[in-house]
Amino acid sequence: MRLVVLAAGCAAVSPAWAAGDVQRGQQAYEARCGGCHSVDTDRIGPRHAGVVGRRAGSVPGFAYSDALRNSGLTWDAGLLDRWLANPEALVPGQRMGYQLTDAQARAEIVAYLSTLTAERK
Amino acid sequence: MNVHAAPTRRLFLSRSGQLTLSAAAIGLMAGSSSASAQSSMTMEADVGILNVALGLEHEAINAYQLGAGSGLLQKPALDVAIAFQSHHKSHRDALIATIRTMGGKPVAERSLDEYARSLNAATLMSQADVLTLAAKLELGATNAYLGVIPSFKDSKLGQVAARLAADETMHWTALSQALGKMLPSGALSFGA
Repeated sequence: MRLVVLAAGCAAVSPAWAAGDVQRGQQAYEARCGGCHSVDTDRIGPRHAGVVGRRAGSVPGFAYSDALRNSGLTWDAGLLDRWLANPEALVPGQRMGYQLTDAQARAEIVAYLSTLTAERK
Repeated sequence: MNVHAAPTRRLFLSRSGQLTLSAAAIGLMAGSSSASAQSSMTMEADVGILNVALGLEHEAINAYQLGAGSGLLQKPALDVAIAFQSHHKSHRDALIATIRTMGGKPVAERSLDEYARSLNAATLMSQADVLTLAAKLELGATNAYLGVIPSFKDSKLGQVAARLAADETMHWTALSQALGKMLPSGALSFGA
């Protein structure tokens, strides 16, 4: 649960994630997010390589909602945690209906997402 | 992966392929309350979620098409893939009917080549690769359907999502068995 505190409390700071957290995060990502997302390709949802530090709604060629494209957000750990918990509460009018209620799984997924650089492929 | 190795697995796969979902039943159930009870704004939000689900079903249909057309699948895995694809087609039809009943426009299917690129189908080299991809997508779909349930304004749509999730779980379980993978040791491993 340590990551929950980290993710919630360091909105603009990139935390140093433990390797075990990242590994569990990758497994959780594949199970929870893999229905719609991939790291390097756009599918039902946009690719996640380089998501931390990226402006929300800015992957070229992906058809975002106006709400997300115009949100003015830039993804960091804290925002990703809030997004995964309840996207509509963070950005009303966006299109992701998925809510991840398990705080530990969220924190571990955010840990994994934080390791994904845009130059992966 | 060897689907020929274990008779129990083969029997399980065979029986799984015989199960079907009534698209009409789902469409009817979802449409019965939605059109009359929801405001246009909440209905638009629900249609948006259903369209994401439809996109997921389009992808699943095409993933199985890529697998079936790859030449990598042998019987009985090929028959199972075709059976599961037919379930996803039923899901697609039910979602399209429901979206239209609610006044929405169903999201269009993309080309098979586009799905092949986005799923990195060129990296599939064996039957195990195909089934592993299918299992991954089915597990993701299960969790996706469970994860959208709290977001629906119309609770009946939550029931629809749960029924779809049950089908995807059945697919994932059969594929995992075929791949010889362990099932989850603990309870409540899906959703949340």
